[in-house]
Formats: sequence, C-alpha cells, structure tokens
Amino acid sequence: MSSPAAAAAPVPAVVTASELTRSFGDFIAVDRVSFEVAPGEVFGFLGSNGAGKTTTIRILCGLLAPTSGSASVAGFDVATSSAQIKTRIGYMSQRFSLYSDLTVDENLRFWAGTYRLWGRALEGRLRWAREVAELERRRRTLVRELPGGFRQRLALACCLLHEPPVVFLDEPTGGVDPEARRRFWDLIDELSAAGTTVFVTTHSMDEAERCHRVALMHAGRLLALDTPTRLKAGFAAGTVLEIGCALAARALARLESLPGVVNAALFGDRLHAVVDDPTRGRDIERALDQAGFAPVTATPIAPSLEDVFIRAIREASREGAA
Amino acid sequence: MIRRMLAVAVKELLQLRRDRRTILALLAMPALLLLIYGFALSFDVRDIRLAVVDQSRTRSSRELVEAFLKSGYFVRVADLDEPRPLDALFDRGAVQAALVIPAGFGADVAARRPTALQFVLDGSDSQTANTVLGYARQIVSATAAGLFEVELRPPVVARPLVWYNPNLDSTVFLVPGLVAFILMVSSVIATALAVVREKERGTMESLRATPLVALELLVGKTLPYLLVASVAAAGSLTLAWGLFDVPIRGSLIWLALVTVLFLAGGLGWGMFLSSLADTQQMAFQLGLLSSMLPTLLLSGFIFPISSMPPALQVITHVVPARYFIAALRAIVLKGAGPEVWWSDALALVAFGVVVLVLATVRTVRSL
Repeated sequence: MSSPAAAAAPVPAVVTASELTRSFGDFIAVDRVSFEVAPGEVFGFLGSNGAGKTTTIRILCGLLAPTSGSASVAGFDVATSSAQIKTRIGYMSQRFSLYSDLTVDENLRFWAGTYRLWGRALEGRLRWAREVAELERRRRTLVRELPGGFRQRLALACCLLHEPPVVFLDEPTGGVDPEARRRFWDLIDELSAAGTTVFVTTHSMDEAERCHRVALMHAGRLLALDTPTRLKAGFAAGTVLEIGCALAARALARLESLPGVVNAALFGDRLHAVVDDPTRGRDIERALDQAGFAPVTATPIAPSLEDVFIRAIREASREGAA
Repeated sequence: MIRRMLAVAVKELLQLRRDRRTILALLAMPALLLLIYGFALSFDVRDIRLAVVDQSRTRSSRELVEAFLKSGYFVRVADLDEPRPLDALFDRGAVQAALVIPAGFGADVAARRPTALQFVLDGSDSQTANTVLGYARQIVSATAAGLFEVELRPPVVARPLVWYNPNLDSTVFLVPGLVAFILMVSSVIATALAVVREKERGTMESLRATPLVALELLVGKTLPYLLVASVAAAGSLTLAWGLFDVPIRGSLIWLALVTVLFLAGGLGWGMFLSSLADTQQMAFQLGLLSSMLPTLLLSGFIFPISSMPPALQVITHVVPARYFIAALRAIVLKGAGPEVWWSDALALVAFGVVVLVLATVRTVRSL
C-alpha cells in the first residue's frame, strides 16, 4: 500500500465479498452479497433487524462459514484462514464485549491478553485505550458502574488494542444517548483518518449519513451500495414530497392508490410520497382534501436515505412478485 | 498459548473474587454438607430395642444378657418368660431384636457342652438387621470365650479380624466417599456455569472473534476453579480427620495428587456440559444430575460395586468417583502407596483427558 505504484493502481480492498451466501436450513440469511471495502473507509451496512447484517459480519469475522460464495478480510479467505483473520480484526458485537464485574483496567488487560500483548507495548496501548475511552481517572471503576456512553467507548477501545487494520462494529450505538452517539462517531472518523477500515452496521439513518459508503440490505439481499449523496441523487428533482394531513396513517392507503404515486410511506405523523412527475403535488393535495384528510399540504423535499431505502425495498419486492 | 491461557485464568479469578456467593458455595458448602451428612449418614445402629427371653435363669445366662446391654448397642425393653408374646412385640415394632436363652443353656455351659441360643431379628430393614446380627455374633463369641471358656455352636467359629477400621465404624468408610461426592458436584456445576455465563452475557461471541482457541479458553477457565476446589478438598479432608476421626495414614502428597486428578476430571466434565447447555439453569440441572446420581449410586460410595448386577458394574467404569473413592480409601485408611492405586490414578487421568478432548471438540464446533 505504501509503495509508489499503489497510487496509480486501484487500492486493494481490505474486505471483499463475492456472491456471499449463508442459509440456515430453508432460511437464506445472506443472499449472494458482493461488495468491496477500501482501506480507511467507513462502510455502513444499513438495514432493519433480520436483514442479514449481523450474519454477514459474523462470516467476515470468521465466526460462521459461508454456505457458498467467498469473502476475504485483510487478504485472508474467511473460509480457510479464520485464525489469521482473528489477529487482524477487531469485533464489537451488539452486546458490548465487556465484563461488567471487572474494572476498566481489568477488562483492558484481559482483552489485550487474548491478543498476547504484554510488556511495554501493552502499557502503551492501555494508556491509549484509557485516553480514547476518557477513563484515565476511572481505571479501577467496575464497568457495571459506568454510564452507557463510556462503556461503549471502552468496548471499542478493547477491540482496537492490537491495532487491527479492520474493525467490525455491529450496531455499536444501541441504547446510548444522542450526545454520546455523536462523540462515538467522531471517534470513528478519527480511526478512519488514521487508516483503520471501519465496517459498521446500523438501522439509524443519521448514522448511515456519516458513512463514506452505505450498503442497503433487506431480507438478505444487497439492494443498493453507494455514497449517501449519490444514493439520494437517484431521485429526480421535486419527485419526493412530504405530505402533511389529518389522520396520516389512514390517508396512506388512499395516497398509494393515486395516479402517479410510485410509492408512499409513513414518516412519524407525516407521509412521504415518491411521484413520477414534480407537478403531481397539486393533484395529491386535492384528492386527499376531498377524501376528508384536510388540511393537506404537499411540499417537495430533499430525499433522505430513508426514502432511498424504502424505494429500494419496494422495488425489490415488486421484482420478487413479478 | 500459555499467555492467552493465563489471561483467561487471571480474568476468571478476578471475577470469582468478586462473586462472593460462588466462592462461599465452593468453599463452605462442601464443609457444611460433610458436617450434615457425616453425622446423619452412618450405618451404625445404636439403642436397639431388645426383648430378653431368659428361660435358663442361671448366672451364665444373666452374664450373657449383661454383655448385650453393656455393649451399648442394645436396650432392654421387655423381659419375658416365654417366646410366644414376641410375635406381637415385633408386629408393633416395639422390639427390633430378641435374645432367647433356652432352659438348658446354663447346664450346657456348666458342663462345657456345645450349646445354642436363639437370636430373633426384624428383617424388614435388612441393612439394620445385618448390622445388628454382626453385633450379636461378636458379643456372643466374646462372652463365650471370655466368661464361659466354652465354644458355642458351631464348634469352629470364624473370628473376624477387622483391619484398618477395627470398630467397623461406617463413618470412617463413608467420609472418603462423601468427600468425593461433594467435590464432584461442586466442581462440575461451578465450571459448567462459568462457561455458560459467557454465552448468556454475550461475551462468548467476542471471545470467539479473538485469536483465543477453545483449549486455551477451557483450560484457562478451569485453573481458578481447580485452585478453589483444591482448597475445598483440603478443608473437607481436614474436617473429616478432625471431626470424624478419619485417620489419614497415607502420604499427603499422594492424597493431593489423586484429589487434583479427580478434580480435573470433574472440572473437565463441567466444561463438556457447558458446551451442551445454553442457559445457566440447564447447565445447573445437567451438572447436578450427571454428577450427583452416578457418584452417589455407582461409585461404591454407599453400595459396593461388587454386589451390583453385571450391567451396572460395567457402567461404574466411567464414573470417575469410583476410582477416586478407591484410591482415597487406600491412601487415607490403609496408608497405601501408588503400587496399590496406580490403576485408579491412571483411570482418573484417562477420564480427565477424554472429557477435556470432548469438551474442546464440542466447544470448537459450537463456536
């Protein structure tokens, strides 16, 4: 990577998956998924629960064998070289990998021990980890007494002790307050800037916006993969409308049946509609008004990743039905 | 490999140190159980309700009755002239044994003729009846030899000479088995819970993503429990020696070696169970069932293996307590060296290796 030739040649991917498939009996959890992740990239896996995100991560970490297809991490095949992969990755599972009945330092020392860190190298990494987790003054505090945000940073620090080139974070910000969440993502940006590849799953759109590239996953399939900006540019200007009306939940069925509405979805107490032509807004206002959902307003908005996601799912299920 | 194993062992020890309840259970429970069972579990029978039917009414017959009463095992509850009312007394459970001395007894003794006595026993509890019969034989033959200088019938009397435990005190015989039982149950359950806890808490998933391999994890997790269980074993044996007068005649080093081998097998079995169970509750039940029943029933702890049906005897070969109890009795009661119990020690090693391999294979597969 550091050779001058590397600048000209495409940077070799640090994580690759090709036609990766994993089934459990009849259930296909991951269905022919292919992607490549570049070094230093923050790669987001976006999808609802059960979309296959965790299964994919577990295959990449060497914890689960693929049924078919192949994947490699840091140059090693996941099916044959899981031992080599495990020394080169960090993995933060959904349930933080910490022992709540051990102190901050005891946890750090244990996880360092599993990577055979010792002596001066160990002390250096411990100092680094305490700094990252901002726990210098709480070294002897039991983890169970730490607030969630600190625990989450400590868990991340634990899986980075051996300085892995790739780190897999499986929904790392669950159950953490927004401020702690924002600071956690600042930390991810720092890691990425330092060259660590961050592979992160989430079902939060805000978090997906902070990824360099986002893979949309649904029912085991990879529906779309691009930067957040380009994913959102897939909509023609003015074709995403936000509709405010009374009884939005009940208006949804009516809205979906109107001519020109490609798809519609409920967003809190409002509706989002994707239409085939920017001029449809007027017709929609009038139709819903007559149907008794007044007052109705239809305003063109900048599409969010959620709009992208919902459209991708609709298109996929339409293809599946056809 | 050693470094990662140590990392696990240190972590486990730190967790154990904070888990007061488990420590207490591991250290205090064996002692407590030993106290309870040690006092309760005894085949010795005392204060047997005895009916005396002395139809001889001579000095020698009275001396015989005295000998029964002085032995401390018998209490006279009825004095009868003829044996007929005994039926009713036995039916009501008013007496457990009856000594019937026939009319000619005194004359026979005086004439130094072989003679006979009748000893009637309630056989509905065969275990007790056997014990009581043993006492009676002993008293009669001692009295006959000492006081009357006659041999009672049969003329050739086999005089048992009991070694190692001359009083045939069953506590001395049972306590080694009890130690094995308690250690087996606590070591199996402690380790089974320790691994399953990682599964329940979700830390297992993270452990699996590290370079840690199954063997390092299992051995590392076993070591702290081996330490604590060894302390508990030493405590139990000390208690057995101090409180129940179990003599420790053999070398303490051999005792420690055999105990550690046995514990390692029990801990390995716990590890194996943890690979089958997903919840602590299930691990607890599996551990309790698989350690308690075989150790209680199939180890020779209470029921002699030689008197079991052949099929069961075969099964006892996979019960590690069988070998431990045999070796323990040999070392503790007889002071025997390895030339006597080496095969038991070898069997314990074999058991330990097999269960650890099984546990590793299972854990690798479930990982």
